[in-house]
Amino acid sequence: MRATDFIIPLITVAIMLYGAVKRVDVFAVFCEGAEQGLKTCMDILPALVLLMVCIGMFESSGAVDALTRFLKPLCDLVRFPAECMQMVILRPFSGSGAMAVYNEVAAANGADSFAERVAAVLIGSSETTFYTIAVYFSAVKVRRTRYAVPAALTADLTAWIVCGITVYAFFGA
Amino acid sequence: MIIFFGKGRRDLKVILIVLPLISLVFAVINGRVGELSSSILDRSGEAVTLAISLCGIMCFWCGLMKVAEASGLVENAARLLSPIISLLFGGLKKGGKAAQLIAMNLAANMLGLGNATTPLGINAMHAIAEETGAEGVADDNMIMLTVLNTASLQIIPTTAAALRQANGAKDPMEILPCVWIVSVYAAAVAVAAAKIMGWISRRSGRARGNSPKIK
Repeated sequence: MRATDFIIPLITVAIMLYGAVKRVDVFAVFCEGAEQGLKTCMDILPALVLLMVCIGMFESSGAVDALTRFLKPLCDLVRFPAECMQMVILRPFSGSGAMAVYNEVAAANGADSFAERVAAVLIGSSETTFYTIAVYFSAVKVRRTRYAVPAALTADLTAWIVCGITVYAFFGA
Repeated sequence: MIIFFGKGRRDLKVILIVLPLISLVFAVINGRVGELSSSILDRSGEAVTLAISLCGIMCFWCGLMKVAEASGLVENAARLLSPIISLLFGGLKKGGKAAQLIAMNLAANMLGLGNATTPLGINAMHAIAEETGAEGVADDNMIMLTVLNTASLQIIPTTAAALRQANGAKDPMEILPCVWIVSVYAAAVAVAAAKIMGWISRRSGRARGNSPKIK
């Protein structure tokens, strides 16, 4: 039994209870939300196929090994596994792309490996920066975004710098 | 470039053209064209497997979060956030429409309500535009909202955990503290960067005499 084992069950119980107390039709509302989740899953499938094929080609051709060797000295500075650099590069553009890279890293390095954990932490702690900026600013018809892109990219850069060190501190290499 | 790539998201098109092209070149050099060919067929199937294996947890989480939304949890979280918001967003009316929508958007972000965050965020952008009268040019509050949205402040990283589960990790949630630490660092640095860049841009704008309208 670990402390993190409690998180999901506690949240589940708390939200169900809170919903019942607030007289929400828990069953109907839950199903409505679950339907949205199903739709999201199916909506990403076409993009996921395309990006998983592209990332898979990149991996199987040996291009990843070349990229990894090239970027390793830079990554070693911040204890970042060079295998995950594809994630850092693709994450700001595409969520499906990040998932594809995660799957590739997990398959190549094994579950619970250092690289796998770093890839998962990166997915959890960063966003599709360019996509978000495009959606938000085009909604209000803003063309001059001034310093929005560089400011948002500092978040991605910071995540890259901190991620390897943090995972190393918690789990070792 | 624009003519060549046509309409749509140009950044993605570049990725989709560059990745397979580089792959083909490397596969020829490394003599791995056979592996390249089979990877195309394999990964198409694996994508379907992955999407289906994520389906269950996605449905459960979205359902649960819909219950949270319907019982007013987002509004409660938004109220808790409002002091932080008046600190980060300068010059907005206290308790005004923009401040409220920003709080709702950030609360939805933290709870991981994927479907609810974007409409709230877009409405917040409209409300900011209305309040500050910015037109065509991003103002500081718009940028702050976008930066906070791109920094991913999710409390429970569901997608990451589901992906780990699907790939056979022993304890998918064990990365939780790491995710929190990395997101907080990233968000803090990005907020600081936005504040500093805003200050510099206002100063140089004033020097040139064309500063964007700021109330």
